[in-house]
Amino acid sequence: MSIKEWFSHHHEDNVKEHALYPKHYWNSYLVGMGLGLVLLSAFVIMGRGLGASGALSTVVAVSVNEVAPSHAKGNAFYEGYLGDGTQSPLKDWLVFEVLGLIVGGFISGAIAGRNKIAIEKGPNITKKKRFIFAFIGGSLMGFGAKMARGCTSGQGLTGGAMLNLGSWAFLLSVFAGAYATAYFVRRQWI
Amino acid sequence: MIAPFFKFGYFNSEIGLLVAFIIGIGFGFFLERGGFGSARLLAAQFYFTDMRVFKVMFTAIVTAMVGLFYLSWIGFVDLSLVYLGDTYLLPQAVGGLILGIGFVIGGYCPGTSGVAIATGRLDAIVYSLGGFFGIFVFGELFPYMTNFYYSTHLGKENLPSFFDINYGLVILLVILIAVAGFTAVEWGEKVMAKKRSGGENA
Repeated sequence: MSIKEWFSHHHEDNVKEHALYPKHYWNSYLVGMGLGLVLLSAFVIMGRGLGASGALSTVVAVSVNEVAPSHAKGNAFYEGYLGDGTQSPLKDWLVFEVLGLIVGGFISGAIAGRNKIAIEKGPNITKKKRFIFAFIGGSLMGFGAKMARGCTSGQGLTGGAMLNLGSWAFLLSVFAGAYATAYFVRRQWI
Repeated sequence: MIAPFFKFGYFNSEIGLLVAFIIGIGFGFFLERGGFGSARLLAAQFYFTDMRVFKVMFTAIVTAMVGLFYLSWIGFVDLSLVYLGDTYLLPQAVGGLILGIGFVIGGYCPGTSGVAIATGRLDAIVYSLGGFFGIFVFGELFPYMTNFYYSTHLGKENLPSFFDINYGLVILLVILIAVAGFTAVEWGEKVMAKKRSGGENA
């Protein structure tokens, strides 16, 4: 197998199903190593790992604080994201990291010709239903991530690489929850 | 020991935000390269047709874990200065379960939805609006859940300390489990592909 072939290794049957993607993705193990090195550089440079849901939480806390400041101040959860008031809570490490994530995703998609207005769904479900499922799934994700103190990035990847006990319990639960539910939402995807 | 650089005061938090942005670019780039901007490819993990979520996540975990262990072993990184969150076993397991259910229903997790939005997926925008809503609901209910949220607090506990096994040995075990897992899912993907192509011909 040539290096070029290895880079674009992909199961042919999946490509047929996903007509949206004109160019093949990189090999999963190569991508995993790349992500691992990004995570490692965060450990080495900053002494912390990656995250995503924390940035969303900051936006929610700032919004609640704008609309109802006294309500936000009395809530330990929101207060945790608002800081001590000496600087804007949006000047936050995870907020900037997620802004970078969006730029990085756009660059990769642009190079591969995958940036396109589209809706991700299986052939057997309407757009409207897909949107309803997306909203419900997003809500559960937001709630669950806060209960777990992080999402697939902050707990899964970062805590996983640190061999954090709670993160590994979290990881097993994520896969358990998703596999247990998959059958009931199969019409959305297949 | 000279790293983590930020903890040794080589630069201030303003520069840290720039670092965050650059690291984020790498993060988003590799997620998109792996197909994580597509809800269908992500969800395929849970129907055993495409196991890239497992492969990418575990390769990333193993890479960073081995790298960090090596860099601390040669005295480059002070591991005690790398942030390790406290373990709250029950809320983290329950939170993971809820997040997993949300993952297969919504098709993304928070990071991957950012990449999907960047590449133009409209369902990811709706998903992230749901994400904001879910966090808001959590925030509003937080005063009533504090007991559970802070329950089963085990402090800074990792797998080596919890099971009382040598750190290096745990790393070896994780690598072995990962390799066994990779072998199993590569085999499983082939079986599923054969099964599907057989079904189409019938």
